[in-house]
Amino acid sequence: MSRKPRDKRMRIDEVVGTLESGMTVGIGGWGPRRKPMALVRALYRSDLTDLTVVSWGGADVGLLARAGKIRKLVYAFVSLDSIPLEPNFQRARQSKSIAEIVELDEGMFQTGLRAAAHRLPFLPMRAGLGSDVLVNNPWIKTVTSPYDDREELVAVPSLELDVAFVHLNRADEHGNASYLGPDPYFDDLFCMAAKRAYVSVEQVTDTAGLTVDSPVQRLLLSRMMVEGVVETPNGAHFTTCTPDYERDEKFQKAYAAAAGGSDDDWQAFHDRFLAGDEASYQAAVRAFHEEQA
Amino acid sequence: MSVSTPSTSSGTDATVTRADVCAAAIADAFKDDGEIFASPMGLLPMLGVRLAKLTSNPDLVISDGESLFLAGVPPLFAKGDVVEGWIPFRKVFDVVAYGKRHVMMGATQVDRDGNQNISAIGDFAQPKRQLLGSRGAPGNTVNNRTSYWVPRHSPRVFVEQVDVVSGVGPRRAKAAGAAAARYNDIHRIVSNLGVFDVGGPDDTVRLLSVHPGVSVDDVVTQTGFELVVPDDVPTSREPTTEELILIREMLDPKGLRFKEVPSD
Repeated sequence: MSRKPRDKRMRIDEVVGTLESGMTVGIGGWGPRRKPMALVRALYRSDLTDLTVVSWGGADVGLLARAGKIRKLVYAFVSLDSIPLEPNFQRARQSKSIAEIVELDEGMFQTGLRAAAHRLPFLPMRAGLGSDVLVNNPWIKTVTSPYDDREELVAVPSLELDVAFVHLNRADEHGNASYLGPDPYFDDLFCMAAKRAYVSVEQVTDTAGLTVDSPVQRLLLSRMMVEGVVETPNGAHFTTCTPDYERDEKFQKAYAAAAGGSDDDWQAFHDRFLAGDEASYQAAVRAFHEEQA
Repeated sequence: MSVSTPSTSSGTDATVTRADVCAAAIADAFKDDGEIFASPMGLLPMLGVRLAKLTSNPDLVISDGESLFLAGVPPLFAKGDVVEGWIPFRKVFDVVAYGKRHVMMGATQVDRDGNQNISAIGDFAQPKRQLLGSRGAPGNTVNNRTSYWVPRHSPRVFVEQVDVVSGVGPRRAKAAGAAAARYNDIHRIVSNLGVFDVGGPDDTVRLLSVHPGVSVDDVVTQTGFELVVPDDVPTSREPTTEELILIREMLDPKGLRFKEVPSD
């Protein structure tokens, strides 16, 4: 009988195997930064459908939209940064292929996650008042302050998630995880807003290793928030995973060109990079760079 | 990398460019802000804010555009400045709500009421062109001072009515109630042709100055709504010699600003 907390290590396909069509999936990171891309790629090639995707969007949203996985999308922006507009997302919006669109203000998005993490139906804030966020989402209501000011504020609805996917730099087998880059983004909130959270990491280490060369404040996730841990080196590719690696701009350019090109262009990109499993993706990326060199 | 070759000697021997005038106008938008977080989106706003910090408002709090508050004023996109604080995205939202912030954002469309759109062109349900999404514009405009930067002034940008209201102008804020109007503060719109505010009748967009070499008629022609034009419209000021040296030799020696505002 082990006296240690349980070992939560899983394979990518085991994680995706726990999902069902129609679920609400929150994807951590920010735009083209520290996205759990290995897990997203596994979603892309799965037979899941009708997903609600909640994301500070980057290529995660673009890929899943292109694969027709998204029934409902909740976002405040979708961008690749060095390439401002995400071609697969644009294509999906301009062809109306996503049935339900919820475009929020960024602060509302965070507040919705926080409401879910706090198990509240909503939290009040100013953002959204007067803007078309409330016009385009008429189901979002306002609430009047019960105090003397009587201010009418937005009642930001909680963004409850069935599942959260996040990618960090290090974790132990129990799900304690640290980020080593400059920004935690909102990955802890995603995990707390979800019924089950899965963290992929560059490296699984023993628990002592998590703080041997980095301050304890970098431990963003506690194992009590985490259902499964996946070791996926280069698993955030082609987004950043500072300091392990920066964004792969060359690859991102190739992705955007294929996404914004003809159907044949995309098919060729798909066949080369996305048709196989994660190992074959990583091998194809290595070959891509050898060609470029 | 360099598009144009700015002076590398004294800064006074070369002609003042439109980009330099824009940088000074942006800097002026931040000069009376005191000790707040100046949040520029895009290249010219970043240049203007850093110029303001080196001249009119040394109290400004600036960041690397990512997650660090910078103690010094490094050149555009330089790394390795002294860090004076941590401002990851989650803390940006706290500062927005706290209010000690002035953001200068881009605008794909601006209308006569000072509403801004960065979300989509056309019908929101099926846009002709999907843009970024509303990002933080709805929250910025009801929480902290907000300005806009438009590098290519045209009737396609300055429209009668924006297709999607991302940033909220004063009229819409007032209509939405006290909670929306209390901190709504659309301060300046700076374009490559001139400087504007929302001080016209019923809080509409008003011309404050035209850049050197630009006529009032040029601005009116390039604006898709009836612009409020005062009787006397001054010319935007030229940067001082000190400012020109700071821009050319310290902040933007590679002339990155000319990518956004080309020299004539």
